[in-house]
Amino acid sequence: MSSVITGVEPIIEARKLEKFYPQPDGQRIQVIAPTDLAIYPGQIIALLGPSGCGKSTMLRMLTGLSPTSNGGVYWHGQPVAGETPNVSIVFQSFALFPWMTVIENVEAPLEARGVPEFERHKRALRIIDAVGLDGFESAYPKELSGGMKQRVGVARALVVEPEVLFMDEPFSALDVLTAETLRGELLELWLGNKIPTRAIFIVTHNIEEAVILADRIIVLGRNPAHIHAEFTVEMAHPREHKEPKFAELVDQIYRALTRPDHPEATPAELQELEAAKKKRVLMLPHTRPGGITGLLEILVDHGGRANLHALADELSLEVDALLPTVETLVLLGMLKLDEGVATITSDGEAFAKADIQERKKIFRAAVLAHVPLLRQMEQALKAKTNRTLPAEFFQDLLDEHFSAEESQRQLETAIQWGRYAELFDYDAASGKLTLTET
Amino acid sequence: MEARPTGSRRAWGFLIDIAVFVSVFAVIFGLYSIGRSWLGPVKVEAEISQDPRSLPLYAMYSLVRILVAYALSLVFALAYGYIAAKSKRAEIVLIPLLDILQSIPVLSFLPGVMLAMVALFPSRQLGVELGSIILIFTGQVWNIAFSFYSSLKTIPRDLREAAIIYRFSRWQRFLELDLPFSTIGLVWNSMMSVAGGWFFLMACEMFVLGDKDFRLPGLGSYLQTAAGSGNTRALLWGVGAMVAVIVLMDQLIWRPVIMWADKFKFEQVESSGSAHYSLLNFIRRESFLIRMYRRMLHPVVDWLTLKFASGAKRAAETIAAQQVARSRRWIGWVFAGLGALVLVYGVYRTIGELAELHLADYFELLRSAGITFLRVNLSLLIGAAWTIPVGVAIGFSPRLARLMQPLVQLAASIPATALFPVILLVLIRLRGGVEIAAMLLMLLGTQWYILFNVIAGAMAIPTDLKEVAQIFRFDSFDRWRHLILPGIFPYLVTGMVTASGGAWNASIIAEYFHFQGRIVQAPGLGSTISSASDAGHFNVLLASTLIMATVVVLINRLVWRRLYRLASTRFKLEA
Repeated sequence: MSSVITGVEPIIEARKLEKFYPQPDGQRIQVIAPTDLAIYPGQIIALLGPSGCGKSTMLRMLTGLSPTSNGGVYWHGQPVAGETPNVSIVFQSFALFPWMTVIENVEAPLEARGVPEFERHKRALRIIDAVGLDGFESAYPKELSGGMKQRVGVARALVVEPEVLFMDEPFSALDVLTAETLRGELLELWLGNKIPTRAIFIVTHNIEEAVILADRIIVLGRNPAHIHAEFTVEMAHPREHKEPKFAELVDQIYRALTRPDHPEATPAELQELEAAKKKRVLMLPHTRPGGITGLLEILVDHGGRANLHALADELSLEVDALLPTVETLVLLGMLKLDEGVATITSDGEAFAKADIQERKKIFRAAVLAHVPLLRQMEQALKAKTNRTLPAEFFQDLLDEHFSAEESQRQLETAIQWGRYAELFDYDAASGKLTLTET
Repeated sequence: MEARPTGSRRAWGFLIDIAVFVSVFAVIFGLYSIGRSWLGPVKVEAEISQDPRSLPLYAMYSLVRILVAYALSLVFALAYGYIAAKSKRAEIVLIPLLDILQSIPVLSFLPGVMLAMVALFPSRQLGVELGSIILIFTGQVWNIAFSFYSSLKTIPRDLREAAIIYRFSRWQRFLELDLPFSTIGLVWNSMMSVAGGWFFLMACEMFVLGDKDFRLPGLGSYLQTAAGSGNTRALLWGVGAMVAVIVLMDQLIWRPVIMWADKFKFEQVESSGSAHYSLLNFIRRESFLIRMYRRMLHPVVDWLTLKFASGAKRAAETIAAQQVARSRRWIGWVFAGLGALVLVYGVYRTIGELAELHLADYFELLRSAGITFLRVNLSLLIGAAWTIPVGVAIGFSPRLARLMQPLVQLAASIPATALFPVILLVLIRLRGGVEIAAMLLMLLGTQWYILFNVIAGAMAIPTDLKEVAQIFRFDSFDRWRHLILPGIFPYLVTGMVTASGGAWNASIIAEYFHFQGRIVQAPGLGSTISSASDAGHFNVLLASTLIMATVVVLINRLVWRRLYRLASTRFKLEA
């Protein structure tokens, strides 16, 4: 793989790392396919992918928070059991202890390492100063703004001088401006060698964030998670959004994210993959059907064809905000996607121009044609004389293919879609689905 | 606020310091007199004075019993909750067990506890005292344990992961994550538990066990003696003393503690209208107590944390080939085996005891259970019937709430058992007065849970929903049907669950009472338990306790838990 740098020893390395949940019947639900990944000194690595693709699980396995199902994590060539040594995590939700002041929060990891009080205080003050929290030492987290809170999170992570700093969507709970500021500050600490950290590993769903920060970007595909593409970024800092190179790279990554898996496969291989896919239950993107209308109408306004990256820019959305809706439309056969350019199909056009009742009919036909799960649900309900089944019945079916959490979400999505298509009614109190008589 | 002259603050701090010193002397004297009494020879049938002048000493004795029992409860509950939350295997047994233990009334523990304690210290008063304390403990501990357990279970994943990745030792994790996260739940449950302690104080300080008559000097026994001999003046003095102690405790301990606990609220944004309590601020900033903590306790805690800090060591261990503690697994099996043996023996003996009773006895017990069931639910209905309209009225009107909240809180903090003799005094002359009195006691003991929850529920109904009702001109029937009842439903269920459990437990006092030299008794499972404990009929006690526990657990499972689920899905008000 292109990521192997010869002659340099990786700090943390994942070898054939995978995650699956074994099922009682001997089958397994694969969440992460066997993956090789190495974190080299001197690099910022971004792990990029759509939400729910397994990025966080990957981070948790690399740090030792979540056990691996197979394969292993190596620290300087030695196998790791339990938590990986000398790493810190910055959390999306900050994960500060609300009953402790800023300085107490920052001192806590040092306390855990047995650093005496005086020394602890000195080191904590130094790092608080470095991240720009001077004067807030004795404040409680609830008194701080989101950006300040995440600065505390960063200070707490850096105070133990970690070899690798892991960041799990660190800026996505912040507003755009604050996120931008914090990214700049992080780069300043890193580029100015103000921290002894030797590598940063950041998980994000934001393409531009990855391009601004990272030296290496790993794009994760899903179902199960696997490395889908990899990019090396060689632009000098600070990287400007307006630079042509920047935009070009964002565009490339965008295309990679929307490209189907296995682009290099031969037709025969592709057929095999398709067959394998048919056997598996299709995974629904977690969207609500209401959202598809807006995108289709905008596309019609654009003459039925648009570059998604440009479209997102025009709508002032983050570039990846459109992806789940796009995925839904592709699945329903209302949109075709080719290298980041979306083209509306005749079905899609019909849907966009129809009235509400007509739309429901088109949606219903599309769902029955393209979503096997909903077809199954309809047939199962039809087979019953009282046209009613508990939702748990389908939950059990899904449990064979997805992790517990995911199968719950799949069922919720399917119920949303089925209700919108007027396939069935759902009574939340009794948890029962009833076929809609037509 | 900060600009206030520091002089007056200093003066306050000084006054508080003096108060602390005086209290220290009082505590030392108290400890001395308690020590002398507890370590002295056994005075099983101590003469309980009816002189109001002995009330301060009696109040202190009772207070110490309740506080010691509470301290024991807290330690035990923390351990129980911790083990249940951390060990999957223990959880399977401990949590259902908690349900059952919670449903067993205090008196059912009496014979076992008393006999064991007296056997342990046959020649000292300590045995009897410990027995009484443990009885109070059995009424206080379970809800605290459950609260701690469920808090531990709901610690957000990110915080747990932060503690792991920064390699907190168990001790540091307990101190800086587990305990702070659970504090608010622990405080509210502690208040409920201590209130429960006062409620059952009379039963725990003076009781008959077979041919032995146990009397411990205290407020509870004072009240019972006064009631038993029909001394109305002493009775009123006793009630007054108890109310005074409870109100003082509320003001001096619980209020400051609640304010202090506000710091542990798990919120990322400061809520408006945060609690302010000036006395607490003084104590926090200036006082001797805080300085004592800084100088003495803090270094110890810090030393312990560093002592247990194993971050560096554990970091090294994760690299070395991991040694799973398989060798220790057999110890677990040995313990499990021993436990199973004890269990089998216990079941065998229980069946032996139960077999001594005839079928007719069981029918009789079931009949009493039915009567108590009716009584409990009737009192719940009456409670709900008056608290729902009143609670909604208070909850809807901020002005009324400001006026009524303190009054309601005061009324709720007076243990109904203390008032019970006064009520009996009036009702005993009426036909069916005992029946009414029994139900009234259950009502007095449990209606507050419903009222508080209804008030909270009514306050939580969003204004825009009320406005919708107004715009569409709902008549009052529709308003109740579509807005108020669904809105308060989850809160109402929460209140009713607690009230139902409380009413069952209260039945042992409500249905059986020593009054004016005789026993006032209403038929029911509670009076069966009390009289069996009095007479030392262990097999009847065992059977009736089992029946009560079964009934209470069944009602919880079949009715309350379902309603609760309905409340948390369909009737949850979400943004």
